[in-house]
Amino acid sequence: MLDKIVATLEESVSGIADGSTILCGGFAGAGIPTALLQALLRQGAKDLVLVSNNAGNGPLGMGELIAAGRVRKLIATYSRSVDPNNPNAKDFADAYVAGKIELECVPQGTLAERLRAAGAGMGPFFTPTAYGTKLAEGKETRVIDGVGYVLEQPLKAEYAFIKAHQADRWGNLNYRYAGRNFSPVMCTAATTTIAQVNEIVPLGGLVPEHVMTPGIFVKRVVLARGATQ
Amino acid sequence: MNIKAGFKPLSRLRMAQLVTLDIPEGSYVNLGIGMPTLVGDCLPPEREIILHSENGILGMGPADASRPFDEDLVNASRKPVGLQPGASISDHVVSFAMMRGGHLDYTVLGAFQVAANGDLANWDTGARTNIPSVGGAMDLVAGTKNVFVMMEHATREGESKIVERCTYPLTGAGAVDRIYTDLAIIDVLPRGAGLVVRGMVEGITRGELQELTAAPLKFVVEVAVLKH
Repeated sequence: MLDKIVATLEESVSGIADGSTILCGGFAGAGIPTALLQALLRQGAKDLVLVSNNAGNGPLGMGELIAAGRVRKLIATYSRSVDPNNPNAKDFADAYVAGKIELECVPQGTLAERLRAAGAGMGPFFTPTAYGTKLAEGKETRVIDGVGYVLEQPLKAEYAFIKAHQADRWGNLNYRYAGRNFSPVMCTAATTTIAQVNEIVPLGGLVPEHVMTPGIFVKRVVLARGATQ
Repeated sequence: MNIKAGFKPLSRLRMAQLVTLDIPEGSYVNLGIGMPTLVGDCLPPEREIILHSENGILGMGPADASRPFDEDLVNASRKPVGLQPGASISDHVVSFAMMRGGHLDYTVLGAFQVAANGDLANWDTGARTNIPSVGGAMDLVAGTKNVFVMMEHATREGESKIVERCTYPLTGAGAVDRIYTDLAIIDVLPRGAGLVVRGMVEGITRGELQELTAAPLKFVVEVAVLKH
């Protein structure tokens, strides 16, 4: 019987080695896999490379891992705090200013498409985004039919940490509102996708055409009801 | 900026109202953070204009104040939003296909500088202490059909934000189509053909506007008078 549900958060993050690259779903506070990130904090892996739109959503989860010195590099699109008076990425800013963490800043759509390329088995691709800017420096560029393009590389990872709304034991997922964001494409780009979910439903409990991530892209599902953000 | 005796700058609200006049019914629009969010407040409710947020919301509306905060329903500025009847939500691949793929009709963005050739600088002042954070700005200007900038004409220190060449790092080369400032509405001509003033705040002269602008200006035959 195919059953991807694991009983505990500890089990869901077992086996993650030092030096792993982990794709982390979420945008602002929506769809952040805080329970998985906190389980990883307890698990102990270090020298991690995290891939995420932002550099944390307050002190919990990613902020705790960064503050504990467990993250070597962050690949992100917007790692500043949006509101300096209520910083969402203070731990990252402290580590970055202290030279303790590396940052690769990627345009948001380019990040999505690099993940898509990795998950869809594509090679490098040309995008017009960032042509003529400093984020294109060091990359191959080409003008095709009068439009300038930058060559970008697929971005794959050992793991993806996802927060979804509902799952079944085959790993089919759906998401609430804008909690979807990067998660479906991240599920495709990781060898092992781990989803924390609000609710587990019986097989057949999800409307097939409303499944947003088919279970083939998911390896482990763990219930984290009411998980704090 | 020196406020000359003959004119005073437009309010931000008035600038936003002027932008809305140029966004027709049925348009798909992405509003940048900061000043451009005022445009959303000024859109006339009888005109159906569909607002896009980069986190996948199409058909964004004001948050329902009677509902508790829902962290899964926010905009790119992390603020609570609502969904209009007819709204849709997609993932980032599809949301950015809308942006980069040329499906959005208009975007209105803030800026640090706009150059006479349409180069836009709005993501990084290049300061050493900055944490590089581009978000979706480069994708947005790479694909949106009409890129509008809404900004003060000058910095607080009085330097023109319209320049011959941007000194800050670029968001996009030749990206901007039109500039709305507190003094004027200025079109950026394609292929580096320069800047043309379409409207000026009441009381200012062409000479005064040119003096306050660090790039050469041309003027349409009948420059509109922008009233307060």
